[in-house]
Amino acid sequence: MRTARGTGSAQPTSALAPTNAITLHLNGAPVKLDVAPWTTLLDALREYLHLTGTKKGCDHGQCGACTVLMDGKRVLSCLTLAIMKDGATVTTIEGLSTGETLHPVQQAFIDQDAFQCGYCTPGQICSAVGMMAEGHAHTADDIRELMSGNICRCGAYSNIVAAIQQAMRPSEGSVKP
Amino acid sequence: MNNFSYTRAGDVATAVREVSGDDAAVFIAGGTNLIDLMKENVTRPGRLIDITRLPLARIEELPDGGLRLGALVTNADTAYNEQVERRYPLLARAILAGASAQLRNMATNGGNLMQRTRCLYFYDRATPCNKRDPGAGCSAADGFNRMHAILGASEQCIAVHPSDMCVALAALDAQVQVTGPRGDRTIPFGEFHRLPGDTPQIDNTLRSDEIITAIDLPPRGFADHYAYLKVRDRTSYAFALVSVAAALDMKGDTVVEARLALGGVAHKPWRDMHAEEMLKGLSVTKDHFEAVASEIVREARGFADNSFKIVLAQRAIVRALQHAAAMGRQS
Repeated sequence: MRTARGTGSAQPTSALAPTNAITLHLNGAPVKLDVAPWTTLLDALREYLHLTGTKKGCDHGQCGACTVLMDGKRVLSCLTLAIMKDGATVTTIEGLSTGETLHPVQQAFIDQDAFQCGYCTPGQICSAVGMMAEGHAHTADDIRELMSGNICRCGAYSNIVAAIQQAMRPSEGSVKP
Repeated sequence: MNNFSYTRAGDVATAVREVSGDDAAVFIAGGTNLIDLMKENVTRPGRLIDITRLPLARIEELPDGGLRLGALVTNADTAYNEQVERRYPLLARAILAGASAQLRNMATNGGNLMQRTRCLYFYDRATPCNKRDPGAGCSAADGFNRMHAILGASEQCIAVHPSDMCVALAALDAQVQVTGPRGDRTIPFGEFHRLPGDTPQIDNTLRSDEIITAIDLPPRGFADHYAYLKVRDRTSYAFALVSVAAALDMKGDTVVEARLALGGVAHKPWRDMHAEEMLKGLSVTKDHFEAVASEIVREARGFADNSFKIVLAQRAIVRALQHAAAMGRQS
């Protein structure tokens, strides 16, 4: 089991910051870490576990850059307290590929040139994977509506919709959660 | 965000006991509004009581034919629930008009009722706000008030309640089930949220030592004639300037019963029983709907940036009623 402990300067080690041990099933493996009550899942992922694929955009639940899959559902890690998710299964952008084989949504974002700066992309991809698992998107309009929680400052929206449509075609292979 | 202590409640009685014994404690479930408010230092609780593991996450049928929505069922699971979609489509539409898919996956039904206004001055600690700091003054009345109330406001506060879901729940005459140290009680939806008056810091009639356990929907869901119309600055993921939940029971071209609730216009979902009574027995013509719409805004008052809402609300009411009336008819 991988373990992350509060040893760095950015980590909660002072007497004023009591920590609690939690376990996450993160990207297929159990991870134990100590968190203060006010540590968000986003900060735990980026600062303690060094999984910096999940991005901090607005940090207020407005942009979607921090989207991860929690027990298979897309959620905002910036508005999630890590301590409340002891025992949960979390998938981040780092956990979507199978070895060197990209997830169909990742591959589709490359094929369709669905990003420019790339900052929103991990959140866009996790959100798209979650949306496909939900099963409520049937048209391009549905995709636009159900992806509206992910803001793209570069305005790559039309190619993002095209990428998701590519990934949703049955011929592109099965979609894993 | 301030430092705070954290406990996780294993059952409802423990949750109530813990919140009653500690003035600094508040409940947390989805956290989508509370954590944001804490990051802005608008709310600084000394202790969070995690209620997400309480057994309140089911949707179940009631003996009277209604439907009980557990307080901890997420907004998404409620909107896509087969019974809600089929019997209470007005509620499903309203929920899906709000927030984003990620937020709906996190936010709970109880939390939706408890969310606080998105008035920018309430969020901005550099400006006075009677809701955040009673007696400080209202910055919105003479400030940027495009999003603010046109009905039921007071000198102290012109904020609006931000929920879409609650507008549908108001129209459907839902009931809020709560429990506290003195036992269980039922709050009719229209009495749950309140107008600001002289105490805008109080959003609703839930006591600080009580917890919402469920929201009950009555048997009648108005599934044949309904509309949820939300008018906003962009077509998705924005709060309402004006929203209208309309539900009709019709016989031919005549209204037998009507429900109308407005969002984005007041400190609570706005219902006007007199206007609903007016609709009874009327044929579904635009003239009749316009008369009802003007009745609803008879005491509306606009501020510098939001007077357009008085006209907008009337047009939205007429359009929602027309949509509801036209459902299932040959065009």
